[in-house]
Amino acid sequence: MADLTTNIGGLTLKNPVMTASGTFGFGLEFADFVDLNEIGGIIVKGTTLHKREGNPYPRLAETPQGMINAVGLQNKGVDYFIEHTNPQLKNLSTEVIVNVAGHSIDDYTACAEKINALDNIHAIELNISCPNVKEGGMSFGTSVPMVEKVVGAVRKVYKKTLIVKLTPNVTDIAEIAKAAEGAGADSVSLINTLMGMAIDAEKRKPIISTITGGLSGACVKPVALRMVWQVAKAVKIPVVGLGGIMNATDAIEFLLAGASAVEIGTANFIDPAITVKVANGINEYLDRHGFKSVKDIIGVI
Amino acid sequence: MKKHIIDFEVSSNEEVGNNAILMKLHCPTPLPEIKPGQFVEVRIDNEPNVFLRRPISINYIDKKANEMWLLVQKVGKGTNKLGTLQKGDTLNCVVPLGNGFDTKAAQGKKVLLVGGGVGVAPMLMLGSTLKEEGTEPTFLLGARTKNMLLEKELFEQTGRLLVTTEDGSLGEKGFVTNHSVLSNEKFDKIYVCGPTPMMKAVAGYAKKAGIDCEVSLENKMACGLGACLCCVTETQEGHKCVCTDGPVFNINELTWQI
Repeated sequence: MADLTTNIGGLTLKNPVMTASGTFGFGLEFADFVDLNEIGGIIVKGTTLHKREGNPYPRLAETPQGMINAVGLQNKGVDYFIEHTNPQLKNLSTEVIVNVAGHSIDDYTACAEKINALDNIHAIELNISCPNVKEGGMSFGTSVPMVEKVVGAVRKVYKKTLIVKLTPNVTDIAEIAKAAEGAGADSVSLINTLMGMAIDAEKRKPIISTITGGLSGACVKPVALRMVWQVAKAVKIPVVGLGGIMNATDAIEFLLAGASAVEIGTANFIDPAITVKVANGINEYLDRHGFKSVKDIIGVI
Repeated sequence: MKKHIIDFEVSSNEEVGNNAILMKLHCPTPLPEIKPGQFVEVRIDNEPNVFLRRPISINYIDKKANEMWLLVQKVGKGTNKLGTLQKGDTLNCVVPLGNGFDTKAAQGKKVLLVGGGVGVAPMLMLGSTLKEEGTEPTFLLGARTKNMLLEKELFEQTGRLLVTTEDGSLGEKGFVTNHSVLSNEKFDKIYVCGPTPMMKAVAGYAKKAGIDCEVSLENKMACGLGACLCCVTETQEGHKCVCTDGPVFNINELTWQI
C-alpha cells in the first residue's frame, strides 16, 4: 500500500480523490454506494449567502461523451447548510469542503465568513467560475483585476485553506491562476465547466432553458488536462485537477500533469461508487510501478 | 430505502408491440424492497453515443422468479440499445430510486389507475400491490389504436380494465378523460402516469371533482440521486427534484394551471 496522502495548500487529504461540487450533493446522497470516509475530500454543492431557486427546467442536455447543465446554483443558502446539513456531516472522518459562490464580493465574503466559523470544515472552494448565473459567478473569474479583488477580499475573512476554482472560459488560464495565487489563494482547482450549447434540430429550439450551459464529462478531459499542466507550471501553490475523469487512469494522468489532487464530477452520475474505485486504482498503479507515495508521480510531466 | 447498484441478468427481452420491449431481469441476490412507482437508472453499455444512465420506471416485480420487469418504449439511442439485449446479458441498474405512489392513501377507497402509452408501465405494479393490500384496482388505459395498448392481458388479470383508443378500435373512442366511467362512477383516489397533456387533463378532472390525485413525472434526469438538480419541477415550495422528491407528486404540490 503506497502513501496516498497529499496536501492541497495546508490541507492534508488521506488520498487525492475528491468529489466535484454539484455532482455529489452533500455526500449523504451517495452513502448507500460508497464509504464516504474512504474519499479524500467531499466538496459539497455550491452554496450562496441566500437561497437560490436556480434556472428553469430543462437544465440538462446529453452531448457526445458528456452533458451540458444549467442548474444555476440552486441551493438553500449558507444558513440552511449550517443549521441543517452540516450537523449531518460532522461525524465524517474525511475532509468536507464547501464550495462558495456569490453575486457580489460582499456575498462571497459574508458566506466565507460564516463557513470560517465551522470547526469541522477546514477549507472552502471559491467558485468564481459558474457559467450558469446571470451576474456573478464566472464574471469574477475571467479577468485578472476581478480575480484579485474577490480572492483578496475573501482571503481577509477566511483563515483556513482557500481553494479557488477556475473557469476554462478564458484566453489564458495560467494568468488567472497566478492572479489567484498573488491574492492569497492556497490552491487552485480547475476546470469548471466549458461553456457549451445544444440544439434540437427537429424542434429548431435550444435544449436547455438558458440556451447555453456548462459542458462536462469525458469529452472535456483533454482540455482540462492541458490547462492543469499549464497552470501547474505557472504557479507554486498546489493544483487540484478536474474535468472528465471517468476512471483511475484519467485521475493518474491529471496527477502526472501536475495536480496534487483530483475531483470526480460527472462520472458520479454514471457510477455512484466511482470515487473509491479511483482511489483504489491509484493505489494499485503506484504499487504496480513501485512508487512509495503518490507524491512521486505528481507533476512529472 | 437502501439503494443498490446491481448487475441484473436478462431472463428475456421481447418486443411487445408499439415499438416497446418487455425486459425481465433476474436479480442475482434477493431483490431489495421496491415500491410501485419507483424507478431504476440503467447503464447503457457499448453505445458510445449514450453517456448518461437512463431512468426507467419499474413495471412489475415477480417475487417468485426474483425478477424485475421493465417496459420500455424504444424512442432514442439508449432505449434502442436496450432492445438489443439478449437473454444472459447483464444490465447494471441503480435501484430503487424515487418515492413511489402512496398506496396507504388508497385503503378503503375506490381507486382508479390511469395510464397512457408506455406510462401504463408502473400501473401494473401499482395495481397488483393495491390488490395485495385489499384494494380492487380499476385501470383506465389509453392508446392511439388497439395494437398500441401494452400488457392488456396482464392488466385484465390484475383488475378491472377499461380502455379508450383514439380511433375507437378498442374500448371507448377518445381520450381517457372522455371515458364514460368518469361521469358514471365516483372514484375517491386517482393515480396517473403518461404523457404530460394526458396527466394534466386527468389532474384537471380530479381537481374539479375534488378527487385526491397523484401523478408520476418523467423529467430529463442525470444522476437520479438528488445530486445534480437537473430534473427539477416547479412546486408550491419551489424547485424540487423529480428523482428524489418524486417522481410521484400529489397534484396539490405542483403549480400546474389546471
